Amino acid sequence: MKKKEKKIYERPLIRPLNASISNKFGRRTEWLPLTHIDGIPVVDLINEFGSPLFVYSEKKIRDNFMMAKRAFETRYPKIQFAWSYKTCYLNAVCNVYHQMGSWAEVVSGFEYEKALQNGVPGDKIIFNGPDKSKHDLLLAMKNNTLIHIDHFDELYLLTELASSSKSKPRVAIRINMDTGVYPQWDRFGFNYENGQAWEAVNKILMNDALDLVGIHTHIGTFMMTPSAYAVATAKMTELAIQIKKKFNHIITYIDMGGGFASKNTLKGSYYAGADAVPDIGEYAEAITSALLNAGFDRNNLPFLYLETGRALVDDTGFLLGTVLANKRLADGRRATILDFGVNTLFTSFWYDHKISPAQEMGHYAEETILYGPLCMNIDVVRDAISLPPLKPGQHVVAQYVGAYNITQSMQFITFRPAVVMIDREGRSHLIRKRESLDYVQKNEILPSHLKKLNW
Amino acid sequence: MKLKKDIAISDSGFLFNPSSGDSYTANPIATEILKYMQSGFSNEQIIVSIMESYEVERSTIEKDLFDLESMLSNYKLTR
Ligand SMILES: Cc1ncc(COP(=O)(O)O)c(C=O)c1O
Repeated sequence: MKKKEKKIYERPLIRPLNASISNKFGRRTEWLPLTHIDGIPVVDLINEFGSPLFVYSEKKIRDNFMMAKRAFETRYPKIQFAWSYKTCYLNAVCNVYHQMGSWAEVVSGFEYEKALQNGVPGDKIIFNGPDKSKHDLLLAMKNNTLIHIDHFDELYLLTELASSSKSKPRVAIRINMDTGVYPQWDRFGFNYENGQAWEAVNKILMNDALDLVGIHTHIGTFMMTPSAYAVATAKMTELAIQIKKKFNHIITYIDMGGGFASKNTLKGSYYAGADAVPDIGEYAEAITSALLNAGFDRNNLPFLYLETGRALVDDTGFLLGTVLANKRLADGRRATILDFGVNTLFTSFWYDHKISPAQEMGHYAEETILYGPLCMNIDVVRDAISLPPLKPGQHVVAQYVGAYNITQSMQFITFRPAVVMIDREGRSHLIRKRESLDYVQKNEILPSHLKKLNW
Repeated sequence: MKLKKDIAISDSGFLFNPSSGDSYTANPIATEILKYMQSGFSNEQIIVSIMESYEVERSTIEKDLFDLESMLSNYKLTR
């Protein structure tokens, strides 16, 4: 007689049914498995490249960019995007943006050199931030880079350098302002309301050492209110028009920075990010209407520069991982330990990341805490999520992790993982190797008296 | 481990505790185990029965049964 076929085993689970309206343990969609990325099975990616593993979808990067570009270009004729390096400066990712016509926006000498090495012409790089050394400034002047001045000390230094070099660097000033959204980002640049910005403009235009080509602002990040951009754009256009009136000087571009929200869910927010965040078209509408209504000469409209970061790249990145173990905490809650923690998924400090199983699962979900592998209390990837029972060795996919993780993840306790990009034909490319002991120790120097150990 | 006597368990995995008014939902395999418990099976009998009908190693079901029991006592469904 043929032996009876056995049923597939699933961990026995029981959970209370409570009638409460809000469920802090996440959403139904999180239980839905994400088994493939751009057609490649997650398990194949892990088998080939290891776990944990970051994966970027080139197709998604391009699609998002085209969508954002269209949202702005259908509303305003002069648009230029500049890829914000700090959001993700893997060369492969940067060059996808550069291939699509995006310039580079950098905030340090390191990022500046990276953009140059990637092949971005110096005059298509925007150099922002309070930290530009004299060396950086001289290099930027030589390359005809757009230097965005952050404070008066920098303004004086650059004026001095320009006067002694006989060149006239192209500059903009960074402006901060009250847009009705708090906290106000007033640490960077010159303040609009108290007249500082106007004073900086006067200094530059009276002196004639620098060529004031633009004005720049970045009103904050993960801005949920498009109307703040309308307010900010109106203030920027007002300044440009005043400059024209007083000095007969034309500002050729207005740089509105970054800050559009991505589809992520900020901690503490009730709605899932994908349902709550404004569409890129809403930001585009707010900014371009303010530009078109400002009263510029139609034949002399300023360019609109955008330094959009997370809204373009967040949902193009995935972090694949593996379940190490399950535990029951003293208070009865279930805990699942993953092979990536807050060292790798740095943004779990401010996002409730969407984390899905990577294989088909049953429909029963359990309230779970997701921990990383670090021996530290802070290593919580999700403090409350509803997931089907995962077994050690099974895989999960953290979604919307493309922004600020590669650049901010720490080499702490474990190596930082490899990064793969899937191209538009569905081929996977290793774009950053997993770190090794040699790599991590490369810059260490052991003094000779500490080399010998006497056991 | 023994379940409280008055707990009602439906075939679809719905549990009701009349003394507290709380209800619970269990997945099919947990429902099966709860029914074994109600009919007085020992842990060893439960483990053997599950291994007979499911593709599972002994170490896994032992661990999971222990975990299920801790949940049941946490929900005060045991006596
Ligand atoms: C000057 C500047 N531009 C652009 C960005 C990118 O911001 P986001 O990723 O929010 O679009 C930042 C980030 O803080 C920034 O400081």
